[in-house]
Amino acid sequence: MGFLEELKALLPGRVLTREAELAPYESDALTAYRKRPLAVVLPERKEEVIGVVRLCHRYGVPFVARGSGTSLSGGSLPVEGGIVLALNRMNRILRLDPEARIAVVEPGVVNLEVSRQAAPFGLYYAPDPSSQPVSTLGGNVAFNSGGAHCLKYGMTANHVLGLEVVTPTGEVVRLGGESLEGVGPDLHGFFVGTEGLLGVAVEITLRLLPKPEAYHTVLAAYESLEKAGEAVSLIIRKGLLPGAMEIMDRLSIEAAEKAVKAGYPLVEGLLIVELEGPKEEVAEEAKVLEAILEESGALTIRVARSEAERQAIWKGRKAAFSAVGRLSPDYLVQDGVVPRSRLGEALREIQRLSREYGLRVANVFHAGDGNLHPLVLYDGKRPGELEKAEALAGEILKLCVRLGGSLTGEHGIGVEKKGYMPEMFAPEDLEAMERVKRALDPKGLANRGKVLPEVAHA
Amino acid sequence: MPEARRLAEVVEAVRAYPRLRPKGGGTKPALSTPREGEVPLELGGLSGILEYHPEEFVLTALAGTPIAEVEEALKAHGQYLPFHPPLKGRGATLGGTVAAGLSGPLRHRYGGLRDFLLGVRFVDGEGRVVRGGGKVVKNAAGFPFHRLMVGALGSLGVLVELSFKVFPFPPSTKTLRVRLPGLEAALEALRRLRLLPLDLLALDLVPPATLEIRLGGFPQSVKARLERLQALLEGEKEVLEEDEAHWEAVRDLRFLEGSPIWAKIPAKPQRIPQLEALPLGPRRYLDGGEVLFAGMDGEGLLALRQAGLPHLVLKGAQDPLFPPPPEAFFAKVKEALDPSGRFPLG
Repeated sequence: MGFLEELKALLPGRVLTREAELAPYESDALTAYRKRPLAVVLPERKEEVIGVVRLCHRYGVPFVARGSGTSLSGGSLPVEGGIVLALNRMNRILRLDPEARIAVVEPGVVNLEVSRQAAPFGLYYAPDPSSQPVSTLGGNVAFNSGGAHCLKYGMTANHVLGLEVVTPTGEVVRLGGESLEGVGPDLHGFFVGTEGLLGVAVEITLRLLPKPEAYHTVLAAYESLEKAGEAVSLIIRKGLLPGAMEIMDRLSIEAAEKAVKAGYPLVEGLLIVELEGPKEEVAEEAKVLEAILEESGALTIRVARSEAERQAIWKGRKAAFSAVGRLSPDYLVQDGVVPRSRLGEALREIQRLSREYGLRVANVFHAGDGNLHPLVLYDGKRPGELEKAEALAGEILKLCVRLGGSLTGEHGIGVEKKGYMPEMFAPEDLEAMERVKRALDPKGLANRGKVLPEVAHA
Repeated sequence: MPEARRLAEVVEAVRAYPRLRPKGGGTKPALSTPREGEVPLELGGLSGILEYHPEEFVLTALAGTPIAEVEEALKAHGQYLPFHPPLKGRGATLGGTVAAGLSGPLRHRYGGLRDFLLGVRFVDGEGRVVRGGGKVVKNAAGFPFHRLMVGALGSLGVLVELSFKVFPFPPSTKTLRVRLPGLEAALEALRRLRLLPLDLLALDLVPPATLEIRLGGFPQSVKARLERLQALLEGEKEVLEEDEAHWEAVRDLRFLEGSPIWAKIPAKPQRIPQLEALPLGPRRYLDGGEVLFAGMDGEGLLALRQAGLPHLVLKGAQDPLFPPPPEAFFAKVKEALDPSGRFPLG
């Protein structure tokens, strides 16, 4: 028997090889890239994943694990001649233990589903990437997904307590456990964010948190993005630690308004601040915040008086990406990070680059943690415009690194940004990553061609 | 004894000695005392804050910097290390804390060391200088070597430089001490509190049946929340209006003084009855029962091992880590970063 025959024997009826069946798996949310895999397999149990990985190792066939395909960096782009492990059918919450405040899940469970199941116990799962209604925890773990609450609550790595992993050579290991504290090296913490290069997580133990008792959500409008950014600095300087602080520019506001009619004022900069916690504490913090926003020269300030009003404020922000998509046939999203105090400088430079390249850039960002989300608008049908958009996006990445930040806050490196890794990391750093990769995956099968730039191989 | 005060000296020492055990403040002798054939590498001189921007919530310092020095700088701006590194008063350093993977009682509010370490620069077993993570609070680029160093006991490299996320310290604090009739009642109260959105700074169980609960925030809010908390709990209550000195003593693990062996034991509320049945000495469960710091003698340590309960000995034993990390993954990482086995694992 050859590889495909063995694969089919392992997962009868769940190996896709026909062109029409493969098409949906050729790309992820980074639609500019496409690759046709040899086959797509649909495992339903972890034993099957283990079997497939061992088979791949034996035959030397590359594999890419995939959830809902929401990666914005091409993280789940197939490898030609390789297979895709589509894990969506492994979508069981194996255990939800409120007393231990943990959920043990399969990798195909959708992020939001955990919070939904935990809600009756007053608990929730904190990381909230915008993709959370569709993205899966396996993907969240691979990419160390973030969301709007990272300054205060951290990223996915901070909420994963344990993992069961199939290494690229087909060994099964348990990393971490169920407690918030462990002993020995934090191997599960290390695995999160390695983008599937070191294996496939088949079981994930998550920490759950008590849902905040009270929220206080404010929308403040500014005559410039800088003013909105200064307000964020003021908030931090006064010692407040809001759960979320988000800024949108005029182009994003217009797009969001057109799409969902959130009732946003049409200004140059819009700031959303959300305080959360025990009601007495939130009430005190709200007074401080009110004074700060007055001082910051906000044109208008709107406080959500009900849960419905709070949701209305968030609706426009959450819809911003897809809304901006309506303004243009195509767009690229970047997610570089800059130190918060350099936000104003970064935005000015992005505006300058936008003019220089003659492409519109919409800005939506997590202001609390300096995570930018410039959306570069382009028309892929115009010859050369994708290349121009990529060049502009690349300039923005370099800018972020130059200002002391990072290439990516939450989307990961994937295929998209690996060429920029040498901007952020020295050859020794990249070589260390290479060595770890080679030691765990000597045949280079797990998510081949991602994260590590080719120069480091040399 | 080799001593390194600069990066270049760390590299030189790593290349010069085949078996090297890094040492910071020496507050965890089970981890820093050289075994036969090992050379200690003194890193207390590799000290100093390199970058601190209060507005960024980020601090970068050399690994040998004493926690006390870092906290003094933070305090001047109303900030702190929310994972509350233990043994500060005894001279613990940042590097030793990261290598041992330790957090103190205030970890309950925002998380532990693993949640606040942002970046690292280390020298691997071949003398190569490697960076992981970054100096911003959000970052998903590259392999996160910084998280790998948490609890690795220096087995993968000598820590040189560390970056942390820091937070504002609450404007005021108070502590409620509640004595319950017995362990079962205390556990019941603990389980209830863990599910409530109270944003407690600390939630400790002092066996057999005392809870110590620290609240932080604006004075008016702390007062009101303290009243709510008192109404919620049975038992004999006492309020500590001035509570800073008390918690400093706890984080310095002063309750372990006099015990020959000190250990950290990951836990869960469900595991507490089992742990309470073991012959352990003075002890305290931190963070709502997620971790136990216990004093014991040889009999207690043996009981822990026999029960198969994971633990890390900080003082008083030759063989500090149980169980060893999973071979299939750890051995490969070790092979990549320290192929000649220069750095011992505990």
